[in-house]
This record gives sequence, structure tokens and C-alpha cells, in this order.
Amino acid sequence: MSVIYILLAISIIVAIGFFIAFIVSVKSGQYDDSYTPSVRMLFEDELIKNKPEKTILTKEE
Amino acid sequence: MEHKTCFHCGLDSSSSEITFDDKSFCCNGCKTVYEIFSTNDLTCYYDLQSAPGATPKEIEGKYNFLDNVKIVESLLEFNDEKTQIVTLYIPHIHCSSCIWILENLNKLHPSISSSIVNFGKKTVRINYYTENFSLKALVKLLSSIGYEPFISLDDYSVGKKNVDRSLIYKLGVSGFAFGNIMFLSFPEYFQSTEFWLEQYKHLFRWLMFVFSIPVVFYCAQDYFISAYKGLKAKILNIDVPIALGVTVLFLRSTTEIVLDSGSGFFDSLSGLVFFLLLGKFFQQKTYNFLSFERDYKSYFPIGITKIHTDGHEESIQVYDIEKGDRLLIRNEELIPVDSILIKGSARVDYSFVTGESEAVSKQSGDKLFAGGKQLNGSIEVDVLKTVEQSYLTQLWSNDIFNKNKEDSFTTLTNAISKKFTITILSIAIIATAYWLFIDSTKALNVFTAVLIIACPCAIALAAPFTFGNLLRIFGKLKFYAKNASVIEQLAAIDTIIFDKTGTITANKETSIEYDGFELSGNEESLLKSTLRNSNHPLSRSLYALLTENDIVTLDAYEEHIGEGIEAKHNKDSIKIGSAPFVGYSSETATLNTAVHVSTNNLYKGKFTFYNKYRKGLSKLFNKLKKDYDLVILSGDNSGEQENLTKLLPAKTKLFFNQKPEDKLEYIKHHQNSGAKVLMIGDGLNDAGALAQSNVGIVISENVNVFSPACDAILDATKFNKLYNFIKASKSAIKIIKWSFFLSFIYNSIGLYFAVTGQLAPVVAAILMPLSSISIVIFTTVCTNILGKKLH
Repeated sequence: MSVIYILLAISIIVAIGFFIAFIVSVKSGQYDDSYTPSVRMLFEDELIKNKPEKTILTKEE
Repeated sequence: MEHKTCFHCGLDSSSSEITFDDKSFCCNGCKTVYEIFSTNDLTCYYDLQSAPGATPKEIEGKYNFLDNVKIVESLLEFNDEKTQIVTLYIPHIHCSSCIWILENLNKLHPSISSSIVNFGKKTVRINYYTENFSLKALVKLLSSIGYEPFISLDDYSVGKKNVDRSLIYKLGVSGFAFGNIMFLSFPEYFQSTEFWLEQYKHLFRWLMFVFSIPVVFYCAQDYFISAYKGLKAKILNIDVPIALGVTVLFLRSTTEIVLDSGSGFFDSLSGLVFFLLLGKFFQQKTYNFLSFERDYKSYFPIGITKIHTDGHEESIQVYDIEKGDRLLIRNEELIPVDSILIKGSARVDYSFVTGESEAVSKQSGDKLFAGGKQLNGSIEVDVLKTVEQSYLTQLWSNDIFNKNKEDSFTTLTNAISKKFTITILSIAIIATAYWLFIDSTKALNVFTAVLIIACPCAIALAAPFTFGNLLRIFGKLKFYAKNASVIEQLAAIDTIIFDKTGTITANKETSIEYDGFELSGNEESLLKSTLRNSNHPLSRSLYALLTENDIVTLDAYEEHIGEGIEAKHNKDSIKIGSAPFVGYSSETATLNTAVHVSTNNLYKGKFTFYNKYRKGLSKLFNKLKKDYDLVILSGDNSGEQENLTKLLPAKTKLFFNQKPEDKLEYIKHHQNSGAKVLMIGDGLNDAGALAQSNVGIVISENVNVFSPACDAILDATKFNKLYNFIKASKSAIKIIKWSFFLSFIYNSIGLYFAVTGQLAPVVAAILMPLSSISIVIFTTVCTNILGKKLH
């Protein structure tokens, strides 16, 4: 039964896929700053909240 | 009047009466920033954190040096014709509002395309279009909203910094290999003779072999290099038995699968390397916001204004300054070279050099030393020496700054590894010799098994995990050590040397004593009113000390720079300043700073300024005196000698008038006679002593501002805890010794299997991770208990 070869090949390919993803993420500097992104993530809401306010203001004027 | 605070920066604004949009501001600068933000719909800035801003400081011409193409070029990270990328260090970054506003800079100016903040490093990386915009305009824009970037000589030709991430890669590779090999070797652990496993085991084994190749040749390469270097220097460091173990593991495993005699130890091999690298990784604790490598360059400006003989001004690089040049030093600018004052009145703040917070007044013709900061308008100076040859910077040409302290220090781990390696090798040889007589087929098997099982994984992990964890605990208590070896060296010291000013004294506080005739109520109120007008630091501290009096409006007020101040109210006149200025001739030579007062030309008395010592100083010294030799090396005069002898234990040695080189030499001398010296200092003048000492600790009132190169930075508020930190380092050494003992027990069990020739791969695969993990747990629990005691 050569199915084990296929299974092995798949498992190794999947593992290597994740491994490459890890290397790429380190290389791009994702792990260099572990604090700022956590704060930045929360800002997106603030910006959206701000925008409609702006449009209302311009409409009123 | 009700108490109000500035909407922008949070300072007291009750007296300013500046309001805008129903919000009060302390000054026009803050109001302007608010206006900029509100017109650009960026007021969200104030929702995230209340009063997050800083008052913008505008100094005309401060950034003129950014007109110089060469300087700009050296600061840029990326530069083509249309866009430029620059990373600027902004010390004010402190809260989420700061991140928000700096990442929305593109709303303030259309030429900025994007900006990314690194909060830990306090930097912002800005992408901008050069059309109608420049680095100078960008820096000015940032300053105008209170985010003034700090550009120093250190940034010169930084360009792209290469970050070393090889340890993370190695850890990733070995972890990946370790996991996969564990999966593949799992069936073999049961020694099953089941048909499918029998048929495919060769494939599995060769796959394990492939996975282990990068582990041995890439991940473990540092151990081979270090072992080779050690052997070359005739030192048996801990990496020697590790490299030996890895080599034997790999060779024996490969031989086994080639000869089909067994499954090999690839699982143990990759696990060993993975755990070792994990220890290395854990030992690293970097504080992004701190730098331990600073020298004068991180403090000196990058460009300066040169005045040509025909009168026109040009911005030049600091390195291009030549002897005889005429320089213009603006307010708040730093004097980069030794020079002579030609024009203007100088008030120079040497606090970065000496730790002394009081500014010194200089007149035309006086010599100015590099490193001082001009505080009082613009001055013109003639250059005496170039940057590298100036008095202060010369200190860095001393050899000590090129030495690596770690190299000359034998760690506990390396000390034990010598005995360990010799013991293991003798056991291996004796066991092999024994088996050669009994059953020679097993001899080679036993020899390799001993080297495999004795691989000192647990020993090599004990120190990294103990010190790594302690580094984190210390960091939380505001004692920031550079690396693990600092803690180890701290445990070994026997002499502690303190600098005086700024180290054992608090920078901002002084105690003032009055000596003379009592002042009447009228005189006191006149004194207070006069001092109110002066910006001199002595006047400010005296003003803060005097009790609240009616402030009277003065009829006349005059400040004589370098001498004192003079004021009139109704019929009364007052003079405050130096002894000759107030007309007091019979001045006895005192070494302390004093301010003399006379009213209506009658001498009244003097206010003497004493250094205020840090809280708990005497207590700390009394605790330390039992175990350590204590010395105080001060660059100041001996004015405080009497005070100090009263305060400190009798055997403390006191030395005054010590130049930076004297301090360095003093430490060197004592080290030669076997002392292990801990130097505690603060200013640039201690830099040599800090580098020479075994451990150099800098006391810092604000860890974010400049501190000279050192091994550790201690927050000033934790100064009285110094003894506890040293004690904790000593306990850490004890913890490591206990872990060594534990790992010896594991090794003895393993050696029993190895010597009797029954080391199966599954035994190694269980014993090695088990010993490593139990050491990690033991050291972590112990250091945490130690940390609890510190709180």
C-alpha cells in the first residue's frame, strides 16, 4: 500500500508550508515590535467613528 | 480661582487665561497644537488619553542643519527622486494618543504618505513625497505639534540597520525538525514488530536523518564554533561537551541506520538542540527603550551652524568642524567642541557631563568644554579642538571602551564544565576499556552511549533560565540589566564605588539653609517678589522654598548675569547674588554654593545650598558596609565632606576633585589587587569608570533620557533597594548550584544505562527532555520565589 507515501508527502508539505510562513513572517519584521500593533488594532474603530461625524458636519454647513 | 489644567498637555493653566473652544490652555503653543488638530479633524487625539500632548518648543533655526544635503542623506533610510523614508526617534511618545496622531500624520500634510510607530523603541517611520516637502519641513511639522524628534550624531550614517534574527530562525528550524522527528520516531518507541512498521521503518529513519541535517549543521553551529574557540584558547567551556555530544549523537545515529542496527537518536539530538536554543532565547531580554551602549555620540548634535568670515551662516556636519572655526550656538543647543566664548553671554548646563544640575555662567573669553548645553540666547564661539580631541570625547579613546567585559569573565557554568568534561571522558574511557575485555562488540556502543547521555543539556540550561527569569523580575522592579552575565558578576563583587552628584544626591532637590540676620516681613516679601522675576536655577529653588508672601510690584529690576539681581520697591532696595555683588567683603572661603542678600546696602546673610541626599542613603550604606568596601569618588570639591562623614559609616572612603580619568585609574588599581568593583554613577564623566568596573550601574531619574554606556540602569526611586538586588543575585547563584546537583542525579541514572550497555533510544528520549524540563521548572519556581521576596 503506497498510500502511506502520499500521506507522508502531504504531511511534510503542510509542515514545510507552515515553516515557510514562519520564516517569512520573521523576515518581514512582524516580531520586532510586539506592542504597537496591539494598540493600533483598537484605533480602526476610532477612525470610523470619526468619519461619519465629519460628513454630518459638512452637510449641515 | 479654580484650578484648571491645560487641555493639551495637562500642566497648570489657572494663571494663563488662554481659552479656545471652551477649553483652557497653559500657553499659546498648546493652543496652536489644538487648533491644528481640530481643523484637521484629529481631535480624537484627546479622546484616547486626557492631556497627552507636550508643549511645542520653537527655536528659530534649530533645524537649519537639515538643509545640508549630506546630513539629510545620512539620516534617510530610503531615497529616490520622489519619495524618502526616514525613521525618527521621538522621546515624547508615551501613550496610545501618541501612536494615533503620529500614524495619522498624512491628514496633517498631503505629502506624507504613511507613518508607522514603534512604541517600544519610540520611533516613527515616515514615508513622504519630496515634491514641495523636505525632511526639514517634516521635522518642523512634528515639532510644531509637540513631537520633536531627537536627532543626534548617533543617527549619522545609520541608514538601514541589520537586525540579527538568526537565533529566531535557528529556534524555528530546530523546533520544526524536533516536532517532525518525534512524530516519525514514535512507532519505534513501542518496538513493535508489526508488519506495516517493519516495512516502512527505513523510510521513516531516513526522513529523520534528513530532518536532523539542518539541526546539526545550521542550528547547532554556534556550539561548534564556541567549542572550537574554547579549545583553541585551551578552555573547556560548556560548549565542548555539548558539541561532542551532538557530534557523537549524529554519527552514531547515522551509522545505526546505515547498518540497519537500530533507529538512532535523532529525536534526542533535535530535542537537545531545541532546548538549548530555547534557553539562549530566554536569556535574552532586551529593553527596546533603553540603550546600554550609548556614548557621547547619542547626545551630540549632527550639524552645527558655522559663521564664515564674511558673516554668512552655513550648516555643517559636526565632524567637519575645524580648529579656528567660528560657530553659532543657539539657545538650547549643545556645544560640540572645546571652544572659547566670543560673543554673547553663556549659561551652560553641564548636567549631562557632570550630573550637576546647576548651570554655569561664562563671560566672553572663557573656555567652554564640549558637552554643555547653552541656555541663554545665542552665543558665538571659536573652536579650540575638533570633536574627537575635545576634553570629554577624548575619554572614549581609552582602550577600555573596546574591551568586552564578558570575555574576561569565567562563568559558573564554564567553571564547572571543565571538571565535568574531564570526568565524563574518564568514565567513557574506563567503561570502554572494561567492555573491551568482557564483550568487545559492545565497547564502541558503550563509549558513544556515555557521551550521548552525559551531554550537559540540563547544566547548560540552568544558568540561562535562572538569570533570564531574574532579568525579567529585576526589569519589573525598574532595575534594567544588560544581560545575564551582569547578574552573575554582581553576585561576585566586593567593592562598591559611588559617584556623588546625581548618584547619591537627588538631582532636582537641594536643601537650603539661611545664615545671618533675620529678615523682616517687608524684606521677605521683597526678596520673594524679586526672585520671582529671575530664571536662574538658584533663584527658582530659593523662590520655591520661601513661604508665601504678598507679591509686590517692583519699581525697578535688573539682572546682572554671573553676579546677581537687583530690585527696588518704594524706598527699599535689595541685592541678591554673589558675595562681592552684594557688597560683603569678609567672605570666608566656603565651598558650598551660596546666595547672599543685602537690603538697602546692608548685608543681611546668606542662603547656603546643600545637596539633598537620596532617601534611605544612610540605611543602604549601613546594610552594605558589612560585606563591602565602600568608596565615594566625587568630581566635586570637598564642600560636602563634613556632611558625608556624618551621614555615612565611618569606614567609607571619600575622595574629592576626581577627574574622569582619575576614577578610571582608581578602579583599575584596585582591580589589579584583586578587587571586584561595582561602580555606580550617572553622568558622562563616569563613563570611563563604568566601563572599567566589573559591573557599572547608572542611576537614572528618568530612564528614557540619556545615560552613559553601562551594564545596568537603576531607576533612581529604587536606589535604596540596591542591597536587595545584590542579595538576589547571590541567591541566583545558589539556585544554579542546586540545579547542577539535580542534573548530576539525572546524569548518574543515565550513566548507569550507558555504562551497562543498555541505552535504548527510548530511554535517552525520555531522560533528556525530562531532565531539561525539570531544571527549567525548578529554576523558574525558585527565581519567582526570590522575586516575591524582592517586592
